[in-house]
Amino acid sequence: MKILVGVKRVVDYAVKVRVGANGVELKNVKMSLNPFCEIAVEAAVRLKENKAASVSEVVALSIGPKQCQETLRTAMAMGCDRAIHIHTDLRGDYMELQSDSVAKLFQKVIEEKEKDVDLVLVGKQAIDSDCGQVGPMLAGYLNWPQATFAAKIDLDGDGLMVERETDQGTETIKIAKLPAVVSCDLRLNEPRYATLPNIMKAKKKKIDQFQADEFDVDLTAKNKVLEVFEPPARKEGITVDNVNQLIDKLKNEAGLLQ
Amino acid sequence: MLSTIARRGRLLSTSISIRCASTLIIAEPASDVSALAPSTLAAISAAQKLHSGPITLMLNTSIDPSVVPSSISTILNTNQSDSLAETIAAAVKKAQETYSFSHIVAPATKFGSNVLPRAAAALNCSPITDIIDILSEDTFVRPIYAGSALAKVQSTEVVKVLSVRSTAFDQAEVDGSSATVVDLDVEKQILTEFVKANVSKSDRPELSSANIVVSGGRGMKNGENFHLLEALADKLGGAVGASRAAVDAGYVPNDLQVGQTGKVVAPDLYIAVGISGAIQHLSGMKDSKTIVAINSDAEAPIMQVADYALCQDLFKAVPELTEKL
Repeated sequence: MKILVGVKRVVDYAVKVRVGANGVELKNVKMSLNPFCEIAVEAAVRLKENKAASVSEVVALSIGPKQCQETLRTAMAMGCDRAIHIHTDLRGDYMELQSDSVAKLFQKVIEEKEKDVDLVLVGKQAIDSDCGQVGPMLAGYLNWPQATFAAKIDLDGDGLMVERETDQGTETIKIAKLPAVVSCDLRLNEPRYATLPNIMKAKKKKIDQFQADEFDVDLTAKNKVLEVFEPPARKEGITVDNVNQLIDKLKNEAGLLQ
Repeated sequence: MLSTIARRGRLLSTSISIRCASTLIIAEPASDVSALAPSTLAAISAAQKLHSGPITLMLNTSIDPSVVPSSISTILNTNQSDSLAETIAAAVKKAQETYSFSHIVAPATKFGSNVLPRAAAALNCSPITDIIDILSEDTFVRPIYAGSALAKVQSTEVVKVLSVRSTAFDQAEVDGSSATVVDLDVEKQILTEFVKANVSKSDRPELSSANIVVSGGRGMKNGENFHLLEALADKLGGAVGASRAAVDAGYVPNDLQVGQTGKVVAPDLYIAVGISGAIQHLSGMKDSKTIVAINSDAEAPIMQVADYALCQDLFKAVPELTEKL
């Protein structure tokens, strides 16, 4: 089985973002591997460690500026065998390069560069654009089976049995045959920390480089971001001293609990 | 000269799009087949803000028009036994080939997030998801960066494929529709197969649409302690939610998670118990009308966000609150 894992470099989850004139300020802001992409990498590496899966190699793919190579080195330090970097300076946080173009670039990589991918693993969403579209759009373009919000992935004959999160709990779906696209949710696994020896080894692993505009994909945003602004601030609240005061405020000020 | 022609061209295409405006709503599969899901009703009221053209509702089963809002003029029944993304995307493609909608709308739930992007890919359109405001038939507002920023975005696609947040729109009134039910023939897909559902059964209101939510975080210390919140929720007739920390720690199942990557709720009353109030949690509940925080840490971020902050040990405060209500 050959696995392709999507990894995105995003603003670190702990950063409190500021909105500037041209969208969210990214200058000098700490960037990290998107948490859900990290879960996808972990899932790929665990499949590789599972002899029954017969994984030949795990390839990490990232689309973005040259610093994406750091993100790819992290993915390789976790266990990916090699990587592909598609270079673009277009902003990937919803402002310029959007999910449809990203999915189409993935499709080009699968159809033209890697050709024998059996499983694509991506995170369920990136925490900057919060779109969650790349996984299902890629599956749609390729006409491959999809399983989003995967909480558990089991091998099942020539395919997979995936337990996925739903609004009411979970559901189990069967993918009879690979290839398939799976997007990974929180409960799927807890990603490993890359050990120092593996970080050193990752420096020697191969990263193939391409330019985003060398693929026949329209990179323009079909959804034009006209403006980015901060949400309206909430009215300031108050401290209450005890439960009685709280109940009183809820009943008489907030008009609740009638 | 050229700019005049271009302007006329754009005006012409705008007037054509308004003339042929019509919307397809992808209904959320409802556990109770005799009524539409609250998220579907919110999607219908959102659709009414797009344009004044007809609205069609698509379901995988038959429904009595009397439980459908009057704004629905056609009901499409796909007669499918499952709601898998491959099934629905094929149905949307068939519906679009037949009826040429200008807008396709789904609720921004886990269901909608699973099916809508695949349907958009089938139509070769770039979708806009998690819409919280509709400014015109092509301009919308959606959150990014866990709601720390809002993006005003304009679709340039001929067909607008959209998902809308239920918390941002009122539920359309169920005043009965005179719509006809039309069968939509969809070929059965064989890529995936539904095996079984594991549904959390509860007599409490559904978290996404409850008017009152009592939510617990890491401060609850373990899953058993959540019974304190359940007792409070039952006294109030509310639902129980949780922060990601509580879910990660295994205190409660994942479908209780409120936050950026969980459920987005906007009840009349949100009581956050033992929740610190990380940005990611706030993004899932900051549109609640009244927020109460009960936390022994006065410096917890949530205490600044809450309308009423009670700095007290939750193991004393919550039972006292439950008793006194």
